Amino acid sequence: MSIFDLHSIFEAREVLLEGAAVTIKIAGAGILCGLMLGTFLAVLSVVKSRPLNAVARVYISVFRSIPLVMLLLWFFLIVPHLLIAIFDIPPTTDIRLVSAMVAYSMLEGAFFAEIIRAGILGLPPGQFNAAQSLGMTQLQSFRYVILPQAFKAMVPILLTQAIVIFQDTSVVFVIALGDFFNNAFKIGQRNGALIEMLLFAGLVYWIICTTASVLVKLLEKRTRRA
Amino acid sequence: MTYDWNWAVLLQPVATGEGTTYLGWLIDGFIVTTELTLVGWVVALGLGTTFGVMRTLPGRIPRSIGTAYVTIFRNVPLIVQFFIWYYVVPQLLPTALGDAIKDIRPLLQFFLFSVLALGVYTGSRLCEQIRAGIQALRQDQVNAGLAMGLTLGQTYRYIVLPQVFRRILGPITSEFLIISKNSAIASTIGLLGLSAQAVRLVEYTAHSYESFILVTLAYFFLNGLMLLLMRAIRRYTARPGLMGE
Repeated sequence: MSIFDLHSIFEAREVLLEGAAVTIKIAGAGILCGLMLGTFLAVLSVVKSRPLNAVARVYISVFRSIPLVMLLLWFFLIVPHLLIAIFDIPPTTDIRLVSAMVAYSMLEGAFFAEIIRAGILGLPPGQFNAAQSLGMTQLQSFRYVILPQAFKAMVPILLTQAIVIFQDTSVVFVIALGDFFNNAFKIGQRNGALIEMLLFAGLVYWIICTTASVLVKLLEKRTRRA
Repeated sequence: MTYDWNWAVLLQPVATGEGTTYLGWLIDGFIVTTELTLVGWVVALGLGTTFGVMRTLPGRIPRSIGTAYVTIFRNVPLIVQFFIWYYVVPQLLPTALGDAIKDIRPLLQFFLFSVLALGVYTGSRLCEQIRAGIQALRQDQVNAGLAMGLTLGQTYRYIVLPQVFRRILGPITSEFLIISKNSAIASTIGLLGLSAQAVRLVEYTAHSYESFILVTLAYFFLNGLMLLLMRAIRRYTARPGLMGE
């Protein structure tokens, strides 16, 4: 093996940055839309209505039991038809990126829902009754009393899940979407610097995720002390 | 949406002339996925236990080795680890060993590297569960074992680990389900598991919905089997008076 070819990594910087932008878009969509959907599902799963509870439960368990690879393939198969029909998306849009963003949002919605639900159930039951006896509607109780507290308690776990999402975005390889990892792989294969590129990609993910986990741990310690 | 449903296509002989049907491909994929999950699981349990125990030992060196293991493998995406095992590791090994690996049948090669990638990754997740389980146990238990003249190894073997495993059977079960889902990523390095067969079916039959539905159901079925297996293990290992959840 030749000496580690750092030059080839530098040469590929544009393609790698392009890929990184895709990775950030998918992770961002998964985290933001996933959080919104997850909050909605979590509320559905705790309100006093059996049908709504059941809907939330079925959604969560279905999405949690499908392998991510299959989920991405499914969305890549179905989403193009649906999206083009519903949203009238111009045919030039990269459908892979859109279907990946939808897939991650819906999947992470299920995972965030579980976390937020646990946060809600962890609150003293009196909170909800107190809000209602103050004259708040159910919606207001969730909006102003329950959810803010549930979120606050769950911040470290939500952040840890965000790190997991960031790592998981690399699975878009299976629908041939050019994210950071896929671009690194393709460039490496083309330039005969596969080993360097794979190790470099791994190192980048490692540095980001390790730093993020350390920060989450620090935050956790600080909130526990407060 | 008009779609031409045709489930019978699954029973047609495959176009490659292998003497099997498309359904046969799916069954092959199911077997490969099941094997990978089980073997990967054994590797993960072995590694997770070893390193998890190391992280609780008195010495500084075993602790840092355990910590390094977890930090490295938990913070790199699994698919990247698959690729590094498959493309990079054989190149870095001594030439003779690398050549020996290249001489193995490709299908077996895919399987071996998949087991390594999945096992090592899941092991690092299990490691944390096992460490937490050991640390939740009261230190008195270890001290009592040592006071009775057991060696540290014996104390772990006969006193600590049997209790820890029973207590963390819940998290172990969910890691078991996660490993079966993660095994689908092995298709990216060429292993013909369920997910890879789903793609192959779409390419050959163009009946994507039928094959995807069937493969997704097969994953649910595998999940169900594993839950049953874990429930049986739970019942078999339960001891009165010991908290098994």
